[in-house]
Amino acid sequence: MNASALVSELRALVGERGVVVDPDALMTYNADGCVMDTHAPDVVVLPTTTEQIVAVVKLAAKHGIPLLARGAGTGLSGGATPVRGGIVLVTSRMEKVLEIDRRNNRARVQPGIINFELTAILKAQGYHFAADPSSQKACTVGGNIANNSGGPHCIKYGITGSHVLGVQMVLADGSIFWTNDGTPELPGYDLTGITVGSEGTFCVMTECWIKILPLPEATRVVMALFTDILPAAETVSQVIAGGFLPAALEVMDGGALKAVNDAYKMGIPPEADAALIIEVDGVEDGLDDLLAEIIAIAKEKGAIEVRPAKTPEEQVKVWAARKNAFGAMGRLAPTYHLVDTVVPRTKLPAIMRDVKRIAKETGLSIVNVFHAGDGNLHPIVLFDRTNADQSERAHRAVEEVMRLSLEYGGVISGEHGIGIEKQEFMSQLFTEADLAAMAAVHRALDPDDLFNPGKMFPRKFEANDLASERRRVAEAGAGLPALMAKHGDKLWV
Amino acid sequence: MSAVAPSPHALDHTQPSMPEARGPFVNFSGRDQPEPALINTCVHCGLCLSTCPTYRETGLEMSSPRGRIYLMKAVSDGQMSMSSPTFQHQMSECLNCRACEAVCPSGVQYGAIVEASRAQIQRAKEEAGAGTGPIERQKGWVRLMRAAVFGRLFKSMGTFRAFSGMMRLYQRVGGQALVRKLRLARVVGMEEAEAMTPSFSPKFTVPKGQVFPSEGPKKHTVALLSGCIMSTAFAEVHDATIRVLQKNGCEVHLPAGQGCCGALHTHGGDLDGGRDLARTNVRAFEAADLAKFDAIVVNAAGCGSTLKEYGHLLHGDAAWAGRGEAFAKKIKDVHEFLAGIELNRADLKPLPVTVTYQEPCHLAHAQRITAAPRTVLNAIPQLKLVEMAESSLCCGSAGVYNLTQPEMASSLGARKVTNALATNAEIICTGNPGCALQLQNELRKKGRDVRVKYIVELLDASYRGVTA
Repeated sequence: MNASALVSELRALVGERGVVVDPDALMTYNADGCVMDTHAPDVVVLPTTTEQIVAVVKLAAKHGIPLLARGAGTGLSGGATPVRGGIVLVTSRMEKVLEIDRRNNRARVQPGIINFELTAILKAQGYHFAADPSSQKACTVGGNIANNSGGPHCIKYGITGSHVLGVQMVLADGSIFWTNDGTPELPGYDLTGITVGSEGTFCVMTECWIKILPLPEATRVVMALFTDILPAAETVSQVIAGGFLPAALEVMDGGALKAVNDAYKMGIPPEADAALIIEVDGVEDGLDDLLAEIIAIAKEKGAIEVRPAKTPEEQVKVWAARKNAFGAMGRLAPTYHLVDTVVPRTKLPAIMRDVKRIAKETGLSIVNVFHAGDGNLHPIVLFDRTNADQSERAHRAVEEVMRLSLEYGGVISGEHGIGIEKQEFMSQLFTEADLAAMAAVHRALDPDDLFNPGKMFPRKFEANDLASERRRVAEAGAGLPALMAKHGDKLWV
Repeated sequence: MSAVAPSPHALDHTQPSMPEARGPFVNFSGRDQPEPALINTCVHCGLCLSTCPTYRETGLEMSSPRGRIYLMKAVSDGQMSMSSPTFQHQMSECLNCRACEAVCPSGVQYGAIVEASRAQIQRAKEEAGAGTGPIERQKGWVRLMRAAVFGRLFKSMGTFRAFSGMMRLYQRVGGQALVRKLRLARVVGMEEAEAMTPSFSPKFTVPKGQVFPSEGPKKHTVALLSGCIMSTAFAEVHDATIRVLQKNGCEVHLPAGQGCCGALHTHGGDLDGGRDLARTNVRAFEAADLAKFDAIVVNAAGCGSTLKEYGHLLHGDAAWAGRGEAFAKKIKDVHEFLAGIELNRADLKPLPVTVTYQEPCHLAHAQRITAAPRTVLNAIPQLKLVEMAESSLCCGSAGVYNLTQPEMASSLGARKVTNALATNAEIICTGNPGCALQLQNELRKKGRDVRVKYIVELLDASYRGVTA
């Protein structure tokens, strides 16, 4: 099998326009939303049907070429970039809603559908898909499932995994099956559960059954401004302790507020150094009373101003400001590292103090935007990657936040996945036995390490023979380049 | 290309692994380079992808704003050559609709860097020697065409009106009908261009210092930018605009000596040509006493966006930068202007039609004006506005895009008209000549008898109590 034969076969499968081989074009696939550039793929393929995906997987398996499924490439952990080249299979041409089954509160969709498009289609029928990560304007449902993405509303509605009923997947041998036919409960192994958050490491998803929920009758959004981030974090804990279940509790610190204020002209007063966005939803009756009680807590904790977003347009603006906050960081620094750890909610004030200290110690700006409601913090470390000293300090800051999050009893990823960004931290979170168990599951489903290799597990992981195998493959530099070297083939003749 | 071992450190920010370019490198050089600082504002978040018409059509990363910025960055960093076919294709395939700019949280000035990249490519092609250099010398007929169109036709309004007059004659005596019937334009490879020729108005707008008094007490003094295509093919839209402004207490001036805004030039890689036209317009309005105008009203979105950016266009020219900026501050899109004053609602008479609104990119994205057109439309009694899906996704017109990227232009046009027709509206309204022509062309292809109107034409019909 030489390279040009492979390309011909792929073209025969998906058509001339579904295959990208130009090196300059391939280069644009060497990074996703995570700014760690990795390696360009050797070929990009854009299938439009499940059958095509099966054929591409079989071809890749037959020749031992790494295969990575990618949606919109908005992920933040480097999960959608190929570390070993090979084939990148992009789902952007599989963006259909195949079925909306309102009587069973479910819908069947293709993995490449954009989260926001799905939301718009469902909204027209009075429903929504509750998983709404901040990148929802561009990210795909397939990517949400692969990363078990969160979003501002997961405090009340749960993360993506809570809204996936089943997925249809293709395994390395080309077999295709549904983990569940879309019924809410199924006996036996929870194969859907294993697939959610698997970061494309053992299959390619081809269709999914997702849960749809009726839209709440009414929604209220307010933004409470504080002169410091600590009272904002304390308000969050107090609200939860008070037995409330808001739809969202989101915190932005002064730095983030400044960036979004520049971007969205929100007229935030200069003395405000933190904002808490509170959303409540449900039946219209009593909603205002509920909100008033939460506002009272915020004021008691020191909120200097409470701004209600009265109209739907105002609510959209507040959410746009929050959801686009990390993208707005380009206004503050050329590079940032967005940390995604979770701590128990009660530890939020403590870790915020630590983050302030770390910023001071490293001499870097760190801004905070986070899903306070479920303790998922996102300190954003700002630096200039062309400055080696700054990069080094940024790494130290990130490692320190990770270490502290673990110390407080938290985890190293709330919603962005592990990818390549956090793979070395896996051994700090899990024991060798934990990782060996995961590796065994991986080996059972993807014995030849075909799918998205070199991700999620620590690179030097040797907990069992699978790890040795993974390492052998890595060291052999498997994949198309190695194949080409072996066959002395010229590049894309 | 070889397999790169994963970096040993989890947080290592390695440089992108760029492919080796073939042939000698051609880098950005001289004036009008895309500024690295602007390119580096992009943090690669990808939130722009779903708003990009070419990405939505192709699903390809390099056909997205993020991908294109990556390509520009590679050339800017000296890691890719301007001779790269992918780079050149992508700079051309971009519609410059700037939908990405409107959603970019980091505020990347995408239009500015893509226009500079086009200017770089254009100059490299013009300067390329004959033979086998890395950059292909622009073909003789393309050079001639560009010189005739950019250098002559749009530079002098006299020439432009003479040409428009000939085109009108061609349409009037049945030439066009014959050409279209026999598909003669196909023979010379000009079918796309021919299909997009507008139907010319019988009477052109010739700005020579006319003043139209306000109806009732004078509340505002405004000037109208008459432009090129708007003053010939769409002269009746100017008439309607003037009447609507008069109805709203405006004294309307048509300063002499003004001409094309230069949008085609700046979008097409001829920044110097655009600058010449900018200076001409600034001079013409200054001569008519810029200070006395409350606003310079523009009824074509593409022109409005270019005019508002004269400050940036002329920023490298010390003698003109300030004048360009002062001029740009006066520019108001007609909908923006009308929604910003106390609109005369009392004289609006019922206009019982169902319309849908196709948002011009250079209004919705470049000028960020989305509410004002709807506000004025909804002011018309009994007019029913039904929103179409993807109303702000580019219709594929984009200046000369029909000629440079006919296939993409056509698929976007079809997508737009399908969305518009799904609303069952009798009229598709818009606010830009390119969109109007593209919509008419696509409707003709589909054989659908739906009318295309400017919003100001509907307002005018409502004030006059006539059918739209």
